[in-house]
Amino acid sequence: MARRHVMEFERPLFALEDKVVALKRMDVSADPELAAEIEALSAQIEVLRDQTYRDLGPWDRVQIARHPSRPKTEHYIAALFDDVLELHGDRSYGDDEAMFAGLGTFQGRRVVILGHRKGTDTKSNIRRNFGSPHPEGFRKAMRIMQMADKFGLPIVSFLDTAGAFPGIEAEERGQAWAIAESLATLSAVGVPVVAVGIGEGGSGGALAIGFGDRLIMLENSYYSVISPEACASILYRDSAQASSAAACLKMTASDLLGMGIIDEIVPEPVGGAHHDPAAMFVAVGTSVGRALLELSGIHREELVATRYERLRAVGAYAP
Amino acid sequence: MPISDWFSAREARRYTRVSEGASAPASDVPDGVWIKCETCHKTIYEGDLVANMRVCPSCGHHFDVPAPQRIEMIADEGSFLETDGHLAPADPLSFVAAKSYAESLEGGRAKSGLNEGVVTGTAAIDGIPVVLGVMDFRFIGASMGSVVGEKIARAFELATERRLPVVMITASGGARMQEGMFSLMQMAKTSAAVQRHLARGLPYVSVLSNPTYGGVTASFPVLADVILAEPGASIGFTGPRIIEQTIRQKLPKGFQTSEFMLEHGLIDEVVPRGELRSRLALLLNYLTPRVSDGGAS
Repeated sequence: MARRHVMEFERPLFALEDKVVALKRMDVSADPELAAEIEALSAQIEVLRDQTYRDLGPWDRVQIARHPSRPKTEHYIAALFDDVLELHGDRSYGDDEAMFAGLGTFQGRRVVILGHRKGTDTKSNIRRNFGSPHPEGFRKAMRIMQMADKFGLPIVSFLDTAGAFPGIEAEERGQAWAIAESLATLSAVGVPVVAVGIGEGGSGGALAIGFGDRLIMLENSYYSVISPEACASILYRDSAQASSAAACLKMTASDLLGMGIIDEIVPEPVGGAHHDPAAMFVAVGTSVGRALLELSGIHREELVATRYERLRAVGAYAP
Repeated sequence: MPISDWFSAREARRYTRVSEGASAPASDVPDGVWIKCETCHKTIYEGDLVANMRVCPSCGHHFDVPAPQRIEMIADEGSFLETDGHLAPADPLSFVAAKSYAESLEGGRAKSGLNEGVVTGTAAIDGIPVVLGVMDFRFIGASMGSVVGEKIARAFELATERRLPVVMITASGGARMQEGMFSLMQMAKTSAAVQRHLARGLPYVSVLSNPTYGGVTASFPVLADVILAEPGASIGFTGPRIIEQTIRQKLPKGFQTSEFMLEHGLIDEVVPRGELRSRLALLLNYLTPRVSDGGAS
């Protein structure tokens, strides 16, 4: 197995677990007290595990959202859709592997699938630019949104990006233009749009495919106007203050449900989606299925008008 | 004489009067203030700078323009009627970091005398009725929070309803992080409002001024039918510092300027401030729907 990834807040728990593993390797028959100690420590582990994963802070959740073993867009696609057909290219510059676009069958229903695509190892991460799209990625997504609109296929999108890529070429090819056009297009497609935050929801790059008629977030995913690190470096001139910034930004699923920005939270297995991916896929499939069912049969004009009203309602003003 | 010359001539007349001091528009500028131009380092008397539309008389550097002064430069005299000026920001996240959002808002109000970083309203440009929106960088960098997004969305809705063209003059640091996701969602909200306006065959012209960045660039400004920019303005999605940190490279000279954007096919034209009003009038003349053109309607 690959090297274990331990998140900051898990360290005490993992240290205790390691201790028990070490004790178990010793000869129990040589020391009668050893068995009792192992038993006592094991009980402690259960208590500690419960404490560790029960009241997760915003920064803990950001770490879970970024966990290398967390299920990614491609895993949800493989688990939830049949006959998946990936479509490539923006018809203008290239094919951005940081953005998935394609067709698939979800619970017997034909849909369009969009999603930020992070890699699963170094090699695929480099090819997919760690899930941070260039303009051609958003333009591909936009092209497929228009196809969904034309053929009346609902859109299911998976959000998992640290953000649109900040680079020279991205600016030269109009990163801002591609995102804005994607936003305008998504706001007007006459088909149901269900967006699911599965990991990182980094700013404009996430939003470009990240709103619709239902916005669902996994319990430990986040969605934010700015990364906690960048926010900390602006506010405190110190990116190490990211944990405080994460709390200030109110970026967790439960914060956003409270603010009326999202519609639903999908609970995760204890410790995060990576502890039981199969259960996670089932839970996400159930939520997406329910959302699509609720949205089916609504006339396209009504869908677009309602989506517009949803967007118009977002904001807070002085009384 | 070509129509553009006619506009320029008219423009010259209009602004000569101002520089003669017959009706100096920005009377809020105190006397005897000297400013150093950041491009040519020459010292300029603020009164001269204002009379020259806040463009350096020596090198042509375009200084930032407060919204009220910009409106005087663009709109026909006395034509501007503000909409939603009362709308003021709240502090939905009770955001407190090194500095609280409440303090920043207070600072923005004190610096600009405005309720928010954008001023919207109806106006006429050379007799053509428009809905006009002008951002004011002095108010927390004219970052887009709920109120900026709302005022822009309402401006487009008003224009759609009255079948008027929209002119937006932008300057912004991007999204307003102190409003968290309320802020990010304004990108989708304003883009959706633009989309509805354009889908009804109505014109929209934007003018990008220095600086226009982040979540603001990536929403309503770049969706316009025609995108103009002022000379030397910094325009982009990600700020240069973050790009340098990410790619660990020095950025090329002139990166993310208006001229760079023109070269890469992202904007239509770079227009010096002195010609902006006449250019807008000319454009609006072409884009405002008319029955007599014989084109499809």
